[in-house]
Amino acid sequence: MIPSRRLWLRWPFGGQRGSPSAAHDEAATEKYYIASQWQLIWRKFHKHKLAMASGLVLILLYALAVLSDFIAPYPTAQRSSYRNAPPQTLRLVSEGYTGLHVYGYKQENDPQTLRIMNLPDESQILPVKFFVHGHEYRLLGLLTTDIHLFGVEGGTIYLFGSDELGRDLFSRIFAALRISLFVGLIGVFLSFVIGVVLGGISGYFGGAADIAVQRVIDLLLSIPTIPLWMALSASLPPHWSSTRVFFGITIILSLIGWGGIARIVRGKFLELREEDYVTAAVVAGSTSMRIIFRHLVPAFASYLIVQLTLSIPGMIIGETALSYLGLGIRAPAVSLGTLLKDAQNVRVVALYPWLLIPAVFLIVIVLAFNFLGDGLRDAVDPYKQ
Amino acid sequence: MGHFIIRRLGYIAILLVLVSIVSFIIIQLPPGDWLSAYVTRLRVQGATINEEIIQGLKRQYGLDQPPVRQYFTWVSNLVQGDFGYSFSYSRPVKDLIIERLPATLGISVLTILVTYLIAIPIGIYSATHQYSVGDYVFTFLGFIGLSVPSFLLALILMFLGYKYFDLSVGGLYSPQYIGEPWDWDKFVDMLWHLPIPVLIIGLSGTTGLIRVLRGTLLDEIHRPYVDTARAKGLRERVLLYRYPVRIAINPLISTVGWLLPAMFSGQVIVSIVLNLPTVGPLLYEALRAQDTYLAGSIVMILSLFTLIGTLISDILLAIVDPRIRIEE
Repeated sequence: MIPSRRLWLRWPFGGQRGSPSAAHDEAATEKYYIASQWQLIWRKFHKHKLAMASGLVLILLYALAVLSDFIAPYPTAQRSSYRNAPPQTLRLVSEGYTGLHVYGYKQENDPQTLRIMNLPDESQILPVKFFVHGHEYRLLGLLTTDIHLFGVEGGTIYLFGSDELGRDLFSRIFAALRISLFVGLIGVFLSFVIGVVLGGISGYFGGAADIAVQRVIDLLLSIPTIPLWMALSASLPPHWSSTRVFFGITIILSLIGWGGIARIVRGKFLELREEDYVTAAVVAGSTSMRIIFRHLVPAFASYLIVQLTLSIPGMIIGETALSYLGLGIRAPAVSLGTLLKDAQNVRVVALYPWLLIPAVFLIVIVLAFNFLGDGLRDAVDPYKQ
Repeated sequence: MGHFIIRRLGYIAILLVLVSIVSFIIIQLPPGDWLSAYVTRLRVQGATINEEIIQGLKRQYGLDQPPVRQYFTWVSNLVQGDFGYSFSYSRPVKDLIIERLPATLGISVLTILVTYLIAIPIGIYSATHQYSVGDYVFTFLGFIGLSVPSFLLALILMFLGYKYFDLSVGGLYSPQYIGEPWDWDKFVDMLWHLPIPVLIIGLSGTTGLIRVLRGTLLDEIHRPYVDTARAKGLRERVLLYRYPVRIAINPLISTVGWLLPAMFSGQVIVSIVLNLPTVGPLLYEALRAQDTYLAGSIVMILSLFTLIGTLISDILLAIVDPRIRIEE
């Protein structure tokens, strides 16, 4: 039994027939024909360099966000006397020192406005050390440790500068990434669940359920989202903890995102429920839930993934906009939006332009999701070569 | 056609009822009711309010009744043009909203016009010059428009204007004209302030429309009928505008359905950042002060505009494309 099986496996790729290169080509074609749908999608996606790069950037950012406590040298709320300090430049060579270091700050008054300025002090060389001990935190919520990726002794290291309370912008940005990135992910997951269930009910059962769901979707699509988001998040009780507010905001954002997904699911269900394999499942006695999740959803999962990827940036922007207006994430939690709130005043930004660094992260994230979604859309389209 | 419009009107009436329920929920959501908050605030300020006035106000707005009854009171007041009372401004909500309607609608209509004026030529150019330098430039700009949230764009433009051109971007008039009666100078001043908000609010919609138009037009210009027309010797320009562009315009009109809500959304937040005299900042202040009647009414009004806009787009689409009338 076993030898014959091995022979059968070898046959399509057979080495004996023709020259080695012809056999190789044949094997490649053969592989193409027997590749699964997901393998084909991966192959097409792999060729889309921009989408691949965006995917890698996003994986990196999510990894950094998860490990933000380890990467950030300071706690988000730790203040210092260096207020609105400019970013410290990493240097390799200075007089009398070679190796990674930054200059400390010296404080001077601006001769005209008498504003306190933090200037780099070239006499104060602070070597950057790796895996240093700092404040305690729980890594991934499991392990209590006080080791941080980098830090300096006898001074401060503000790679992105500090804000008006003397808090490290670098540490705050990485803490903010965690909130902003996961608002998108959790929000999309919720939209997905609501969208598939309601879109499924609407498309699979039809009738009154269909009409009711369709009207609700029409309603959601006709109310301008930002005013509705603002109104709903403004009514979150003021005494809620920042974790509860986070989940509240996520739920509000996903309440509006599910409509588009439900539409797609419904359209696909209407199309697919006439298929023979669905009738076969019904005859075999499968429950409706089983037919929906086992037979119908996998048939268009790839479209859903594209749609979900493309709806993440909208949620991230929504959260940022709400937090920017002071209606979203509340202190002590920080998100990119709450950081940008410090940049609301143009005069302040003109003096301390590094307050706009969170905007760079926001734009990179949103662009990356859009490129990724675009590449995925091309990859899952079976008619596009 | 008449039948079609009546059907659409009935459909919008259903949506309006649903929107009014949502707006009412927004009014009811904050803990406690505005009246007790108002009374507390006045008492803190040292005012003496007797029970009779409170009871009178309660009866007027039906606050002593169950929520469903309150909803019907609110709706019947709404139909009679009474939107309730704003307690942070101590004025009827209706007056506050009417004051800001001209700017809100003016900026919206202008934004939509500019969106189409920019999107249609660029979309046609991108499709007919696929993979040219211009096409790549517009695609790149499109991704920027898609990825930079409008409030951030407003912030960045304000920053650049302040830092490099010493301009105060923001507001709809220069400071010396605020509160002045309308005259020619004020009007010219307003025209100078309009382009930036209109472009910021319109940017994401414009880039979306360019992508839609480019996509549909690209599908169309490779169809056999285009080859036939070309073989007949029709001039390229006439051919393009008479056939494929006419078809590719249809999805553009039907996109008004999502363009309008997106535009009102963008307008609210850009108005807050740029301090424009639209309902956006009013909504923001209302939400911060828990001025619930004002907030709910604004959401209601904005949704109403969206619905009317969608109705107009449906009718336009039925005029442009006879197939749609027959299907209905």
